[in-house]
Parts: sequence; C-alpha cells; structure tokens
Amino acid sequence: MSTTAIPTNTKWWNGGRSPFNISYGKVMMWYFLMSDAFTFGAFLISYGTIRFSVNHWADPNHVFNAFPFAGHANLPLAFVSLMTFILIFSSVTMVLAVHEGHKMNRKGVEKYMILTILGGLAFLGCQAWEWTHMITGDHAVLVNGQIEHWGTTVTRNPWGPEVMHNGQLISTPGPIAFGGYFFGITGFHGFHVFSGVIINVIMYIKTKLGHFDQRGHYEMIEKAGLYWHFVDLVWVFVFLCFYLV
Amino acid sequence: MSSQVSSPEITHAPEHASGTGRIWKIFWVLSALTVIELALGYLLYFQHGKWSYLPVISTKLLIAGLTLAKAYYIVSVFMHLGDEIRNMIMTIVVPLMLFVWFIAAFLWDGNSWKNLRNTNGGSRPAKTEQHSVPAVDKHTKP
Repeated sequence: MSTTAIPTNTKWWNGGRSPFNISYGKVMMWYFLMSDAFTFGAFLISYGTIRFSVNHWADPNHVFNAFPFAGHANLPLAFVSLMTFILIFSSVTMVLAVHEGHKMNRKGVEKYMILTILGGLAFLGCQAWEWTHMITGDHAVLVNGQIEHWGTTVTRNPWGPEVMHNGQLISTPGPIAFGGYFFGITGFHGFHVFSGVIINVIMYIKTKLGHFDQRGHYEMIEKAGLYWHFVDLVWVFVFLCFYLV
Repeated sequence: MSSQVSSPEITHAPEHASGTGRIWKIFWVLSALTVIELALGYLLYFQHGKWSYLPVISTKLLIAGLTLAKAYYIVSVFMHLGDEIRNMIMTIVVPLMLFVWFIAAFLWDGNSWKNLRNTNGGSRPAKTEQHSVPAVDKHTKP
C-alpha cells in the first residue's frame, strides 16, 4: 500500500507539522502500546529466566490437554489453538471495521465491531473455562510419602518430576512459580482483552450514535483497533511461551 | 478516498485499497503460520523423550521464528505500521531493539543460575531440587 504523494524534500523536523505524519492521538497510542509491550516482555522474560533456572518444568502438552465436553481425552494444544484462531479472527474483523471506517460506511463499521466484540467475549469465555479447569482439576501428587490431589494454583503445582511409588508413576510438587507465572501473565493478558472489549463496546455505541459521522472521520476506530491488534500480538507470544515450547 | 486528515500538520492519509483482499490474504498467512507452529508443536510432543537436545532446541527456535513472522504481519498490515512514513516506523521499532539484549541477558542468567545449583556452586540450592525420592524419567522406566 502506498502513501499519498509526499514531496521528496519534505523537512519533517522543521516544525509546523507532525514529523511522524500521523495524528497526536495515534502517536500516543503507539507509545502506550510500546510501553505495554515492555511490560509484557518483562513478564515473559522473567518467566523464561525462572524456567531456565530449574531442572524440571511442567510439560505444557501434559498440563493443557483438556477440551470442554471431551472428558479426560488427551488433546494437547487443541483448546489453546481454538483460542488462538478466535483471537486472530477477531483481529481480522477489527481491521475490516477500520477499513469500513475509512470508507465512512457506518453500517459496515457497526457490523464488524459487533463481530469483534463477540470474538473478544468468546476468547474470555474460553479463558474462564481453562482457568476453572486448571484450578479445580485434581491431580495425584506425592507429598511427604502421602498421595494428595491438587489443582494448579499460584501456591500449588502438581506437575513436578514423576517418581515411582508403590509400582506407579506419580508426580511430585513442582516449582510454585509455574502457577504464579501462568495465572499472572494470562490474567494480565485476559484483563487487556476485557478492557479491549469494553473499549470496543464504547466505540460501537459511539458509531451507532453517529459521533464519528459528525466528526468527519473514524480515527477513534483506528485507535481502538491498534489496541485490539496489540492484544492479539501479545497472545501470539503468550501462546509461544506457555503452550508451544 | 475519504479524508482521514484531521489536522493541517498532517499530509499523510494512508491510501487504503478499495478491496479487502490484502486483509484476507494476511489472515490466511497468519492461519497457515499458526498451523505450521502447531504441527511443529505436535512433532515435539510425539518425539518427547526420543530426541536429543539439539533437534528439540532447533524446533523450538523455529517455532519462535514463525511467531516473530506472525508478529511482523500483525504490526505491519493489521496495525498499518508498514504504511506509515519511515520516521514513525523507526520511533517504534528502534526502542524495541532493547529486547534483543533483554532476552539474551536474562535467559543466559537463568541458565547460569541452574548451573550454579547443579554444581553446588551456589550458596542457596533450590528447594525443588531436594526430593528425597529419586526422580525417574517415565520414558526410561524399567
């Protein structure tokens, strides 16, 4: 995609114009997202440091192998792939809403904002199910010679190294950092999705009320879109760090 | 195209193609990359315990590379950063270069921490390594 013709000798830094050639609001949204990227980056790198520092870490294919209504079927990666596709798809509907906004097509913006909001809610529903499953599901753990049944929480990790006990393989408690990082980072991301949905609902209402038609442009949809795509972008890395590797 | 220019200080209005072909193309690219990532993830799952360190770490690095490709497409096309002028791209991308050091330094540090524990060179051996029962790898059980 090309930009509109800009004279080649434009003096970007001589004042009187935006050196980045986009509006103040969009520049500041980008800077906010950059700082947010560092926040998420710090979380994920901290998680990576701890994971590198211990000899045993929970195997994601073992921990995240459940699917709603599938009982105890062993389906590694399946549910989280569904969540990933939901988020990618809602990113597409968001960029389509921005596209309709450029064409000043209010009906189109409304349609795609609704789809984006539904995608966000579907993702949040999936995450709620996953968390519930993690916290309430019980797993046999050998603690001080006794078998206990633990869920995965911020203080309990039943996914430690396996040992032989009375002729059976059984897990021992793993580093508690696992639950802390998992719930902390996916929770922080989920909160971003939640606030993104709220922002999108506000944008939908403002579109419906015709505020952007009166203003003459749909730039607010673009800013909300930047935030929403960022949420998708973070999920790409959460997906990598927690589920794939 | 309609005017997106809301201020006389801005002369740049991204010239969006009238169709949505590019958006859908990137959707398929992202989906394909995700499917390849999943295939590699399943490969790791089915080869678990069979592969040595090198193929495992290479596959993981390949998955990380595909993730970076997805990030590039999302930022460049969906967020339209690729359509902005060079000044704008640089003000976002250059600070993010800090991540190169950030990731390398901290993962190196974590690894060093593990080596200290395992060689008893550290003064505080980790609790999690002090199981009284010997750990048995489930794939090499008798």
